[in-house]
Amino acid sequence: MELSGGEIIVRCLKDEGVEYIFGYPGGAVLHLYDAIFQQDDVQHILVRHEQAATHAADAYARATGKPGVVLVTSGPGATNAVTGIATAYMDSIPMVVISGQVPTAVIGSDAFQEVDMVGITRPCVKHNFLVKRTEDIAETMKKAFYVATTGRPGPVVVDIPKDITDPGYKIPYHYPETIHMRSYNPAVMGHKGQIKKAVGLLLQAKRPIIYAGGGVILGEACEELREITRLLGFPITNTLMGLGSFPATDKQFVGMLGMHGTYEANLAMHESDVILAVGARFDDRVTGKIAEFCPYAKIIHIDVDPASISKTVMVDVPIVGQVKPVLQQMIDLIQDSKMRPSEDALSAWWSQIDNWRSIDCLAYDRNSEIIKPQYVIEQLYQVTQGDAYITSDVGQHQMFAAQFYPFDKPRRWINSGGLGTMGFGLPAAIGVKLAFPDADVACITGEASIQMCIQELATALQYDAPVKIINLNNRYMGMVRQWQEFNYSGRYSHSYMDTIPDFVKLAESYGHVGIRIEKPGEVKEAIEQAFAMKDRTVFLDFMTDREENVYPMIEAGKAHHDMKLRVAPSAKTERELA
Amino acid sequence: MRHIISILIENEAGALSRVAGLFSARGYNIESLTVAPTEDPSLSRMTLVTRGNDHVIEQITKQLNKLIDVVKLIDLAEAVHIERELMLVKIHTTENSRAEVKRLNDIFRGKIIDVTATSYVVEMTGPSDKLDAFIHSLDPESIIEVVRSGPTGISRGEKGLHL
Ligand SMILES: Cc1cc2nc3c(=O)[nH]c(=O)nc-3n(C[C@H](O)[C@H](O)[C@H](O)COP(=O)(O)OP(=O)(O)OC[C@H]3O[C@@H](n4cnc5c(N)ncnc54)[C@H](O)[C@@H]3O)c2cc1C
Ligand SMILES: Cc1ncc(C[n+]2csc(CCOP(=O)(O)OP(=O)(O)O)c2C)c(N)n1
Ligand SMILES: [Mg+2]
Repeated sequence: MELSGGEIIVRCLKDEGVEYIFGYPGGAVLHLYDAIFQQDDVQHILVRHEQAATHAADAYARATGKPGVVLVTSGPGATNAVTGIATAYMDSIPMVVISGQVPTAVIGSDAFQEVDMVGITRPCVKHNFLVKRTEDIAETMKKAFYVATTGRPGPVVVDIPKDITDPGYKIPYHYPETIHMRSYNPAVMGHKGQIKKAVGLLLQAKRPIIYAGGGVILGEACEELREITRLLGFPITNTLMGLGSFPATDKQFVGMLGMHGTYEANLAMHESDVILAVGARFDDRVTGKIAEFCPYAKIIHIDVDPASISKTVMVDVPIVGQVKPVLQQMIDLIQDSKMRPSEDALSAWWSQIDNWRSIDCLAYDRNSEIIKPQYVIEQLYQVTQGDAYITSDVGQHQMFAAQFYPFDKPRRWINSGGLGTMGFGLPAAIGVKLAFPDADVACITGEASIQMCIQELATALQYDAPVKIINLNNRYMGMVRQWQEFNYSGRYSHSYMDTIPDFVKLAESYGHVGIRIEKPGEVKEAIEQAFAMKDRTVFLDFMTDREENVYPMIEAGKAHHDMKLRVAPSAKTERELA
Repeated sequence: MRHIISILIENEAGALSRVAGLFSARGYNIESLTVAPTEDPSLSRMTLVTRGNDHVIEQITKQLNKLIDVVKLIDLAEAVHIERELMLVKIHTTENSRAEVKRLNDIFRGKIIDVTATSYVVEMTGPSDKLDAFIHSLDPESIIEVVRSGPTGISRGEKGLHL
């Protein structure tokens, strides 16, 4: 079978089992689009902006565990994709981005719509390739998928000059089944001695905590995480990216940690004597002030990327390997060992944690006459019975979602944590809905974020991907306003917009349903109504409290025990808690 | 502390820019960098001199290792090793100074590889501090041009950095 370069690319995608390709055409990829036109194995989803193609593909990957695939043209198409590539990179999401390039003969001549895509994306991809010959396409595609999905996952860019996809030049097609790269051998199994040492520490711990992150979800190790946590009886906290890796409604779960984490999670970290960090990367939103981070703890860190270990916080027992086999080895060792953690010590630790819990750090005014954003999320949780896929944009609404929608399953919480990309939510929801057409998918957003990729309302209609948009409309860039309230004496410099569109009409003009909700009493009904319309995208525009803040908060540069709470504990409680 | 990192890397377009880009993106400094293909033309050997405390050097080596094109690397400073640098110096000479320059060249075991009526080109290899010493011993006014390769190095003993 002889195929052109364009046909080879499409065939490679088919052979990789790719279901969807999210893209936008242009001159440099016309041969490829012609090849796409002539087949129906891989479905192309035409977005309205290349950034959205990357977010949709990225979210598809987050929800399914399979790599997302993007196709953009050279020049502006390629640069529009960069934000989404960086978003996927920061959260270690497997993605393959095919970008068109000017013909090989004119590369470097400032040709029409030429940008150095390999150069521009170098700092925000796991790897990238410029393919110069048709003969190299198949092997490069194989490498791209292999690199994107193994080890610490990440986006890979394959830059394809137009001439190598020329339909007039056909060659035999062969897609390698496996690939070996001598320079790339990601770790799998952890070091046995280190694992043994770690188990020893865990079994002797008196005030232990498990700190689990996105790596557990990426490494499909949620079962193992559950097992080891139950076996040990330890408290467990999740990062923003780790939510869902352990059931949030479980008693052992103490909530998210970090800047907007719970009082109990942050204090348990601070007071702990042994930390088991699993697939988490000690991000600064998690650690707060490094010098005062967990002063009493010995730290065990499991991570597939050696560069994540001891990068910001020095650890005592590093274990380089895939979470899944490493946790399994730990479970086996614990089961074989006759030792168990001291029950007395653990029950004292738990009663301490329960004391911290009792201050109810997430409490808010439930009797408010104005819609509280937290209340909307709680109602969303009720209506969807905690079983929806929730995508989010970036801001206060994202934190409220993380705090008030407890995820019991992995891959249900889809948000941009590392880059914090506004505009992520709506295209992400579309990507998830295409992956799971029968599931409920909601995008929690704010009036500022949603406007960054609002044009994708059209994509949702065209591809019959009905999603529910939960717009927490506080008429402010709430997260920015909050920082300005705390740190700039309330000088709200450019954190509001004087002209906000009528989202109801806007949704309608895109062919969807729009509903504005202004009273707390209408919240639940509106959400029910929206989810009852199974085949419609519904834009729920909630007029929420303008000046609500996210609490608790560890302000930048502060440590875990230095949290700002909505209601500071009284001196008496402070004494009791200590 | 000064470290000399030796890297085996795929000899591909862009590989060098990945290394250089990593250093600038993460704010590490490169004192010098030499690179050339090895006996296996599909591989290049890169020698990179950098400075930093142990923590920084650990991150540098981990981040370098993470680059997909990097096959292997070692920090030569961790064990006994030999370092050599090549230098070419063009020196302005007069009738009076020629003998003195030649004498210095001999002491430092350099080679005079180009001669005109008014200049010498001296070729010299050695550890970087020896090259520094030679430069310092010359009359600064007489130096027309100095070209240095930056150090390259190899570990002592039988073990080597190869596939
Ligand atoms: C407005 C805003 C507020 C935020 N506030 C908070 C907050 O309060 N709390 C919080 O936690 N975060 C917060 N974040 C997110 C934060 O910026 C980071 O994105 C997040 O903390 C990182 O999560 P993680 O440590 O789980 O790492 P991830 O980014 O999920 O990285 C995963 C780690 O696991 C490793 N890994 C991947 N796969 C495997 C595998 N198979 N086996 C082993 N290891 C693997 C990777 O190498 C990496 O080190 C906030 C973000 C925004 C935008
Ligand atoms: C693309 C982008 N630009 C700017 C920011 C900085 N930023 C973080 S949150 C935020 C405000 C978000 O406002 P909104 O979407 O209304 O959410 P709210 O905080 O009000 O819930 C801004 C501007 C960002 N994260 N991403
Ligand atoms: Mg807002």
